[in-house]
Amino acid sequence: MRSNANFFSDEKFRSIFFQTLVIGLFALGIYFVVQTTAYNLEKRNIATGWRFLTDPAGFDISFSPFINFKSTDTHLDVYFVGVLNTLLVSFCGCIAATILGFLVGIIRLSSNWLLVRVAYIYVEFTRNVPLLLQIILWYSILIQLPRVKQSLEFLDIFFISNRGIYSPRPIFENGFSYVFIAFVLALISSFILRRWAKKRQDNTGKQFPVTSSAFGMIIFVPLLLFFILGSPLSFDYPALKGFNFKGGMVIRPEFIAMFLALTIYTAAFISETVRSGILSVTKGQREASASLGLKKSWIMRLIIIPQALRVIVPPLTSQYLNLTKNSSLGIAVGYADLVHGFGGISLNQTGQAIECMVIVMATYLTISLTISVFMNIYNRSIQFKEK
Amino acid sequence: MKKLLSILAVSVFAFSANAGTLDDVKNRGFLKCGVTTGLAGFAAPDDSGEWAGLDADMCRAVAVAVFGDRSKVEFITTTGKSRFPTLASGEVDMLARNTTWTISRDVNLGFEFVGVNFYDGQGFMVPSALGVSSAKELDGATVCIQTGTTTELNLADFFRLNGISYEALPIETNDEGKENLFAGRCDVYTTDASGLSSTRAAAADPGKWVVLPEIISKEPLGPLVRHGDHQWGDVVRWSLNAMIIAEELGVSSENVDAQKSSNVPEVLRLLGVEGSYGEMLELAPDWAYQIIKQIGNYSESYEANVGPDTPLEIARGLNALWTQGGILYAPPFR
Repeated sequence: MRSNANFFSDEKFRSIFFQTLVIGLFALGIYFVVQTTAYNLEKRNIATGWRFLTDPAGFDISFSPFINFKSTDTHLDVYFVGVLNTLLVSFCGCIAATILGFLVGIIRLSSNWLLVRVAYIYVEFTRNVPLLLQIILWYSILIQLPRVKQSLEFLDIFFISNRGIYSPRPIFENGFSYVFIAFVLALISSFILRRWAKKRQDNTGKQFPVTSSAFGMIIFVPLLLFFILGSPLSFDYPALKGFNFKGGMVIRPEFIAMFLALTIYTAAFISETVRSGILSVTKGQREASASLGLKKSWIMRLIIIPQALRVIVPPLTSQYLNLTKNSSLGIAVGYADLVHGFGGISLNQTGQAIECMVIVMATYLTISLTISVFMNIYNRSIQFKEK
Repeated sequence: MKKLLSILAVSVFAFSANAGTLDDVKNRGFLKCGVTTGLAGFAAPDDSGEWAGLDADMCRAVAVAVFGDRSKVEFITTTGKSRFPTLASGEVDMLARNTTWTISRDVNLGFEFVGVNFYDGQGFMVPSALGVSSAKELDGATVCIQTGTTTELNLADFFRLNGISYEALPIETNDEGKENLFAGRCDVYTTDASGLSSTRAAAADPGKWVVLPEIISKEPLGPLVRHGDHQWGDVVRWSLNAMIIAEELGVSSENVDAQKSSNVPEVLRLLGVEGSYGEMLELAPDWAYQIIKQIGNYSESYEANVGPDTPLEIARGLNALWTQGGILYAPPFR
């Protein structure tokens, strides 16, 4: 009894004891849930297992830009199509939302009254209306576009209808790989050039026009090679045949609706993050750099943004995670993402609800953790470095 | 420990999946019936907000059998996807939701189909302006298809078999299908022929739409309950059968009182004048009488909801009695 009392008055022991207790209870809780589920599944004669993954799916998915999916493919293939579609819309969304978010965030701090008001209204409107409604709104607008037979035409090669945007599809011929290699080499040498220029500037103070020369290198070297090799690129043009356009590339309204809604919604949040980041840099920094005679755009680029990034990046990471997870709303407009294809149709056709959901959840977890890891690495690279 | 867990599992999660649904329903005081999100003729709220339709009548018939009161039912809407989990979890006592009876649903999903209240088949509907007269001319078309249905699988099979291609536009509900079809996002809408008739009836100008002649599958639609609760399964099964038998015997809501003094033995058994069938089912002796009185026989329900005089204009066809050229058949009431 006495020793017990002594143990509990020991702060370290007490803390370990309660932590163990909490973990134990948590584990027990999980154990109960798993047991109960297994018990009930067995009681209702619901078969469990992973065998269904290799069964033929039996249904078609028409939006599959990366994999040629047929109804005889397996549920596992459905899963891969879903993952790729989820990644596609999330990736495009994150990039576009970042650009739009930074733009709006900076605009809100500008001195143009009209722009500031417009940005303010945009932010308040979009972030206060549920995302699902915005997705459905965009989709409803998109399917009111002209029907496929009355498609809007641009230059006879782009066609816009409520079936999507059709454009020519590039066909890479022999020799195009050299152009691509040249492009990659130009990209790498640009990086080397930048490092060299920075080093030189640090040592001698002399500047080098890195941006323009890098651009020149990246664009003109591959372009030159492209013409030297005799333009090894042709296009497959879309043409209306029967019910639909055949050939070319198509961007579906489901994708566009998801992309627009996710971008516009998330950009509103990112713009607020950017604004708070910029405001977190003290006025003195701006004044000090102005008194050194720096150009206005330089002050933003060299003084304000690098310091603001330290505040911006951590919440930006959660916005990327939100966007990725929100892409699961694609089901509302029939966008064939992971939840819709594998977590929806496969689940429903096979009845293996728990298996499908476990896989879908594990996949989102993996994607989210991967984003976090990369953003954390980036975050570390922009922190204050003590010299 | 295992036993303790089982007891805990049952008591904590209070799933009464396998036993005593009838008692649960009686104790609750009303029936929870899973229906579609709205399919005119089968289950959709009418002008006064009351659920009406063939499936809605099925729900009401069971409510009448249990409580003798057609209003003792709560309609719970389910999508093609949510219907099975909703039933499995005990959120509804039964489904009457245009659900096709298949082996995998009957066996693997742990449900029990108790009968067929509508024999259907999958068809295609296109705008008549397209000038298509057969489903085999649909090469390259965009097809609106409800996900998670047997029709989705039949569709893939049909196009594969005929060596033609299509683009699927997956949709969740019939309303979404309508919206996409009417906007021209898809060329074709495919679902059960009855569903097509229902959708067509809801169009601004039904004459602009044509249902193609091909019926590519058999879709026996019927009510289902959770597997294992046979007592409850019997109640639902015989509520349906009572309506079919009533039509066969010529008993309708109008003449049911007069028929109580009929000299046909099966009529007397059906109406609870003779025998103790109500007791066997743990229902009131006049349960079938009440169904016929308050809902009507199968024919009355059919004619009022989907028959030729309704906007759906579906002829009896396969759904006529076996004695009249159809395949509607109920086991004898004895």
